[in-house]
Amino acid sequence: MREISAQTITDAIADLCIEVNHRMQPDMLAALERALESEESPLGRRVLQQVLENARVAREAWYPICQDTGQAVLFVDIGQEVRVTGGALTGAIQEGVRRGYAEGYLRRSVVASPLRRENTGDNTPAIVYYDITSGDRVRIGMIAKGAGCDNMSRLEMLTPAAGLGAMEAFVVETVERAGPNASPPVVVGVGLGGTFEKAALLAKRALLRPVGAPHADPEIAALERKLLDRINALGIGPAGFGGRVTALAVHVEGHATHIASFPVAVNLDCHSHRAKSIEL
Amino acid sequence: MTNAVEPTHLTTPLTDEAVGRIKAGDPVVISGVLYTARDAAHERLARMLEHGEPLPVDLRGQVIYYCGPTPPRPGRPIGSAGPTTATRMDVFTPALLAQGVKGLIGKGRRGADVREALRTHRCVYFAAIEGTAALLGQRVQSAEVIAFPDLGPEAIYRFVVDKFPVVVANDVYGNDVYELGRRQYART
Repeated sequence: MREISAQTITDAIADLCIEVNHRMQPDMLAALERALESEESPLGRRVLQQVLENARVAREAWYPICQDTGQAVLFVDIGQEVRVTGGALTGAIQEGVRRGYAEGYLRRSVVASPLRRENTGDNTPAIVYYDITSGDRVRIGMIAKGAGCDNMSRLEMLTPAAGLGAMEAFVVETVERAGPNASPPVVVGVGLGGTFEKAALLAKRALLRPVGAPHADPEIAALERKLLDRINALGIGPAGFGGRVTALAVHVEGHATHIASFPVAVNLDCHSHRAKSIEL
Repeated sequence: MTNAVEPTHLTTPLTDEAVGRIKAGDPVVISGVLYTARDAAHERLARMLEHGEPLPVDLRGQVIYYCGPTPPRPGRPIGSAGPTTATRMDVFTPALLAQGVKGLIGKGRRGADVREALRTHRCVYFAAIEGTAALLGQRVQSAEVIAFPDLGPEAIYRFVVDKFPVVVANDVYGNDVYELGRRQYART
């Protein structure tokens, strides 16, 4: 049984919070460069150039990429051959987020109760999802999830009879309704199948995939291309000022579902998409 | 929509004449003072107006910026300071415009009531680019909390800015950059 200390996990998560909020990842930079090549609107091109310039300044001068440094969403996959020593795993994770947001001069954007809405002052609790996997590694995927785009996300329990047409229309309509509010060009995570909550979780996790990397299943990859084309025909464009690039990528994840169900969830992430995965 | 390339330079406080010169889609740079206020601060301002209490700042000619900045690193006035979604502030906005506000800065669409109030009160809604929060933070020369410090990032800050870049989203003539821009590029 491999052992890993709680302190190692805390340190890694603190670093990850600072890293994703200051350094736009190579996949996202490449996606924005591709967008700049295909954008025709002068105002839209100016927006994309400024977003890329912002990423450079954030990296070189240590400014967060966005002032909404997010609520930390963590997908933690734990190999069943690894054991955490010297503390509780959940506590170690939350301590990492607390330290990362303090040491990184990141914004505290979390309120303790959705009703009383008092700021917790340290950006915890993070949202953590656990999975048990084979092997002896711990894999941690983090999304610093901004609220502007999360607020524009939607879920619908379609009927199987409504079919692919209704599903595609729902995805496109979600991006259309979000319009400028989600800070386009967006990354679109889509969860199909499973149950009500599983679809939402798939949509969120789809955002962790390197931006623009197609799904391994050619049928799903074809659906991703089709949805991207339809979304980019909307004309919303960078910052919503009009243009050809409304989404940088569509990532679809599917799951087995009930004979009576066709859940579809759409989770949007903005043009400051901040996500990274590490392995310990 | 005009396609001006060179930004119009405006200095706060804004006058009726100044806001009348700019149209939806125009790039503008603003120098002077911006007051930040987002969800929680708006709610408090609205309550003060309801109760007939004086506001913490005279808003005549002023610009409200929907922003909750990151804390500054040592030696800096502020951290990153991009806009938040304006739509959430819609319910509070007409009452604030009646106080003489001449400019709003945020991102995203405004509702019909706000657009009507912008025309009536001759106020401009500017869009800043959310994904440029670091660049925008660098345009802030000084930052001071002037009200509601208990709200943390949602407190009201007084920013002094130099050439703060925005785009006119809703002008005083009823034009909307989001509608005009999309119409030009939609493929149906």
